[in-house]
Amino acid sequence: MTDQHARGLFLRSMPSPFLVTAALILLGLVIENSTNAYTQDVVLWIFTNIILAASLNLVSGFTGQFSLGHAGFMAVGAYLSAWCSFRPEFQALPDLLRFTLLPAIGGLGAAIAGYIVGLPSLRLRGDYLAIVTLGFGEIIRVTLLNTEAVGGARGLNRIPATEGWLEMGLSPYLAQFSIASFWTVVTITTLWRIVHSQKGRIFLSVREDEIAAEAMGVNVTQAKVRAFVISAFFAGVGGSLFAHSVKYLSPATFSFTKSVDIIIMIVLGGMGSFTGSVIAAIFITLVPEFVLRPLQEITKVDLRMVIYSLILILFMIMRPTGLLGTREWSDFAWVKKLMRAISQLLKRGSDGDSSSSTSPSGASR
Amino acid sequence: MLQLKSSTRCSNSSARSRFLHLALAIFGAVSMLQLASCTKKNAQPSHVIKIGEYGSFTGSEATFGVSTNEGLKLAIKEKNAAGGIKGKKIELISYDNQGKPEEARAMVQRLITQDQVLAVIGEVASTRSLAAAPVAQQYKVPMISPSSTNPQVTEIGDYIFRVCFIDPFQGLVMAKFARENLKKAKVAILKDVKSDYSTGLSDVFEREFKAMGGEIVGIESYASGDTDFKAQLTQIKGKKPEAIFVPGYYTEVGMIARQARQLGMKDVPLLGGDGWDSEKLWEIGGEAIKGSYFSNHYTTESDNPKVVDFIKRYREEYKGKTPDGLAALGYDAGQILIAAMERASELTPQAIRNEIAKTKDFVGVTGQISINDQRNATKSAVVVQVADKVNRFVTTITP
Repeated sequence: MTDQHARGLFLRSMPSPFLVTAALILLGLVIENSTNAYTQDVVLWIFTNIILAASLNLVSGFTGQFSLGHAGFMAVGAYLSAWCSFRPEFQALPDLLRFTLLPAIGGLGAAIAGYIVGLPSLRLRGDYLAIVTLGFGEIIRVTLLNTEAVGGARGLNRIPATEGWLEMGLSPYLAQFSIASFWTVVTITTLWRIVHSQKGRIFLSVREDEIAAEAMGVNVTQAKVRAFVISAFFAGVGGSLFAHSVKYLSPATFSFTKSVDIIIMIVLGGMGSFTGSVIAAIFITLVPEFVLRPLQEITKVDLRMVIYSLILILFMIMRPTGLLGTREWSDFAWVKKLMRAISQLLKRGSDGDSSSSTSPSGASR
Repeated sequence: MLQLKSSTRCSNSSARSRFLHLALAIFGAVSMLQLASCTKKNAQPSHVIKIGEYGSFTGSEATFGVSTNEGLKLAIKEKNAAGGIKGKKIELISYDNQGKPEEARAMVQRLITQDQVLAVIGEVASTRSLAAAPVAQQYKVPMISPSSTNPQVTEIGDYIFRVCFIDPFQGLVMAKFARENLKKAKVAILKDVKSDYSTGLSDVFEREFKAMGGEIVGIESYASGDTDFKAQLTQIKGKKPEAIFVPGYYTEVGMIARQARQLGMKDVPLLGGDGWDSEKLWEIGGEAIKGSYFSNHYTTESDNPKVVDFIKRYREEYKGKTPDGLAALGYDAGQILIAAMERASELTPQAIRNEIAKTKDFVGVTGQISINDQRNATKSAVVVQVADKVNRFVTTITP
């Protein structure tokens, strides 16, 4: 790989996350003006779920460690962020900055929790690890249940949320939406790049064969702990976004079933595919709200869990690897074809536009 | 746009195509969402009055939500049969929150912004009322909680009401009952330190009982989940109380009753609050709990004609089912809301809110209800005695 090529790669990849964030904010503007507050809330949940699913996918899908305690990390992030937002020291910061930074604080807290749990337990494998992480999730929940400072069983109410920047035309919802989309893009970009880096190859090698990886000089436990800490960080970010969009936290929310919900998303989307996680997170957030709920209101039977289970059983029989398996959106032939066609179209367009704008790297391809 | 151009210049065109591809996908998503929202939005027909309800119809607390819903539906059905409000029929929109606080919040959001209801009724559990009440307050739509007893619920704002009494009131009721009806002078307290409810009740009981000239001979505590209470009970026995106030939940109370009898406190009655109200109390406590008293919202054993009539109508409507306390409170919440709408000069959330706040001496199934300045109900409580599987009605106590 030449220097020039490396620089080209760097430059090529830099703008796209910003562009996606900008596009998402535009989408937020449309949603704010065309839907009611209920739909708007559900859209915010999608972001939280995407972050949670993608972060769990790093541990379960890419590193191959089955974790049942993801809701625990989410709870740490949610409660820490909510607690901080009440502190007067934080209220000195400008509103938008504060609420953009709070997810990072929640994430850091969750990462520390992830490190503490990961260090002893990640020497275990398979079922044993699953049991330990399950136990950890419960410990977090019970601790919160008995902590008076965060409301105990009564829960933490009236959690502040961003007030936007009305002078600049940024309504509270749009501000919230922008912060959520910003963190979603940060999560996906970071995880994507980690997985496609040399460190990410280590995670994959641990998933494929621990013994072979160890024989190649990989420190398996260290790799697992790294994956676990990164995953916990983003789970904390997701928890923080959840706290400030729902504005109410109760330990009951972060029960074992919440962890299972996230697992369903990654199993459905494909263990080892971020695209799959995103699609499954959107699907699993929207379908219960806009399809199963009306169905339940008509039939008066709670079909949600029945349909969930049915989908999972059918998937496990017909597509054991989930919707996308380990493929990403860019791996599909039709996407590649489409992209090639568009790029050729654009190249022809820019060539005709002016000859000076043709970049050297563009010509070489 | 500037950024877009510079990116194409520096990088190869696949970045641009990738972006375009994403943009396409996003526009697809937007149009789908808009489609979804268009089909969801429906104009409010002017000939019906929409009332929203949210409750736990499924999940581990499903019986709470279903009972309340049945009581509320009965109240609305009767009003519609009698011609509705100002010639308009009432339509009840009920949404299930599955016992989850975040769902409760979303459902109130949906009731108000999508269905545009004039008022909201819910929830049984204080945690879910606390989660959802800020939404009702934000949109200035009145919300009546049928049975959330935590004092914080109505502190959320001036649009939040309740038709049940709050936790501390039961402490007052039992103090009054112990002093005036049972004529006890020396009472000991055994409270659950881990529960807000229990400490709240016992603090008020202690203060009020002393004010009425009684004596608190000892205060002992336990934590919910404990199974051995002999140490505390031995301490209490040494002080020779005439009654013991145990404002806990039925599981511990049942065990406390058994162990108190084992220690030889045979004719010392236990006193408690609505946390005792469960068939399990009898299963756990057995003979030992017999003869003890607790305060409750309502009892099917009452001889009040209003209650007798309600039970009869409820049984006709729901195939012989006996209404529990939550059904009665759901019915009362519905009736108070209907009465407020009837009185309101115009059918706006603001006008209805003002009329609910003016509710005075409303004769409901669960007692005579007045809404006070804190938007809590001041009303009577009933005291029942644990007799057998069915509790025996003793008296009604008014504040």
